[in-house]
Amino acid sequence: MADQPVDLKVESIATYYGLSQILFDVSFSVGPGEVVALVGRNGVGKTTTMRSIAGLTPPRAGKVIWNGRDMKGVPPHQVCRAGIGYVPEDRRIFPDLTVWENLDVVWRPADSKWTEERIFDIFPDLAKLRDRNGGYLSGGQQQMLTIARTLMTDPKLLLLDEPTEGLAPLAVERMVDRIGVLKAEGLAMVLAEQSTDMILALSDRMHVMEKGQIRATLTPEEVRADETLLTRYLML
Amino acid sequence: MFGAIQFLNGLSHGLSLFLVAAGLSIIFGVLRVLNFAHGGFYMLGGYVAYEVVRRIGMEHGLFWVAVIVAGLVLALVAAGIERFMLRQLYNRDQIYQLLFTFALVLLIGDVVRIFWSTTALSVSFPPELRGAQNLGFTIYPRYRLFLCVVGVVAAVGLWLLFQRTRWGRIIRAATQDREMLSSLGVNVPMVYLAVFAGGGALAGISGALAAPALALRGGMDAEIIVECFIVVIIGGLGSLWGAFIGALLIGQLRAIGITFVPEWEIVLIYLLMIVVLVFRPWGLFGKKQAGS
Repeated sequence: MADQPVDLKVESIATYYGLSQILFDVSFSVGPGEVVALVGRNGVGKTTTMRSIAGLTPPRAGKVIWNGRDMKGVPPHQVCRAGIGYVPEDRRIFPDLTVWENLDVVWRPADSKWTEERIFDIFPDLAKLRDRNGGYLSGGQQQMLTIARTLMTDPKLLLLDEPTEGLAPLAVERMVDRIGVLKAEGLAMVLAEQSTDMILALSDRMHVMEKGQIRATLTPEEVRADETLLTRYLML
Repeated sequence: MFGAIQFLNGLSHGLSLFLVAAGLSIIFGVLRVLNFAHGGFYMLGGYVAYEVVRRIGMEHGLFWVAVIVAGLVLALVAAGIERFMLRQLYNRDQIYQLLFTFALVLLIGDVVRIFWSTTALSVSFPPELRGAQNLGFTIYPRYRLFLCVVGVVAAVGLWLLFQRTRWGRIIRAATQDREMLSSLGVNVPMVYLAVFAGGGALAGISGALAAPALALRGGMDAEIIVECFIVVIIGGLGSLWGAFIGALLIGQLRAIGITFVPEWEIVLIYLLMIVVLVFRPWGLFGKKQAGS
């Protein structure tokens, strides 16, 4: 992945749902191999930020620039084909399709390095469930399938929205471990998370969000040096 | 007596109905649009076939050319309607889509009246399928047997398309979560266009195939769409299997009704629909929607 450019710039975006403004002047950037975390409580705009980048809820002001290209007006399927993969928080697998069908159905470039075998190497649990309907998987399995499915589109940047939400502690541990594997491979990510462990383990930089704005930018070193720092921000 | 002939009548009617209802159901499953104009597509298919036969005749297999032309014309008509009109309405309230397809019903009705007048027209049976076939236990019209075969082939073909091809899997995924599918790089507006055009083609072909068995006249669109609605209500909107079973049930129920209580034939069908609506409002094979 090192040979592929990864350069996301989010520049002062403002995003609305209907008349209500959700994001105010949000700016940050992601470079090659970086994992940037968005932290904050529910409803502060993490998901909306992801949806703005994915083209699902386009910002009304500001810009999303991907490898030098202004993504204004680019429909979601083109955003995906440009190399930005979105993994939503609510595990939206296709319940009536089998695990294999879920992986097969997505668009895939001819030169994708992701094959079913490689996916099953990273998520061995899914290999055993290949012919089971997505709707019959456990929460943790569904979450892995959601990530695996997006990987099949050969993303250069992964937008991961709350991958551990609602998972049992053991499944959380496993998820942190698997996402660590993806990071080690050099995949850049925007990670929305509430689990401090995961953020500290994986992120290079974290943006604390509150009421649709970025309030602070911290590094894991700063947080480790002062353990109350993140908690203080999250208690705001 | 309710015998082999009545059963075959019910079967051929049911299988023909399936072809039309399947398109309606698939379109609803993917686009979430209840296409009132589906009966209009069917009627237009019949008239297009009539027009082609009138111009080139039907000997030497030319009837099949007419059927294919009807399918192609209706695919194009449907594609144009989706691309240039219906697509503007997806973000609106559902009532706008309903009103739009209802407007299409009126429009297609007028087009048929203008080009083919209001008198009933007929297409004769294609020469290779005239007459009756001895089945051993009974003698039955060849053309109706052929309609049975077409219905079965179409059902198997659609099943294979949905279960065994990537295209079919994409269509199934689109019925489950279109936004997610677009985020995975699939051009969902293109899927909509293809599904609407495909449904139009199915309706057009059905209308063309029905032309020799029925008289063509304005109003046949309303009859078929009412029957299709009943089929998908009984079977479950969006379910292919439901459309198949629903259509076969309606076919047999009509055959039974005509045999035993001819004046009440249509009432039997409405009764079945009401029973299903009361006890299983999402249909025999439909998915129960959250909150219903």
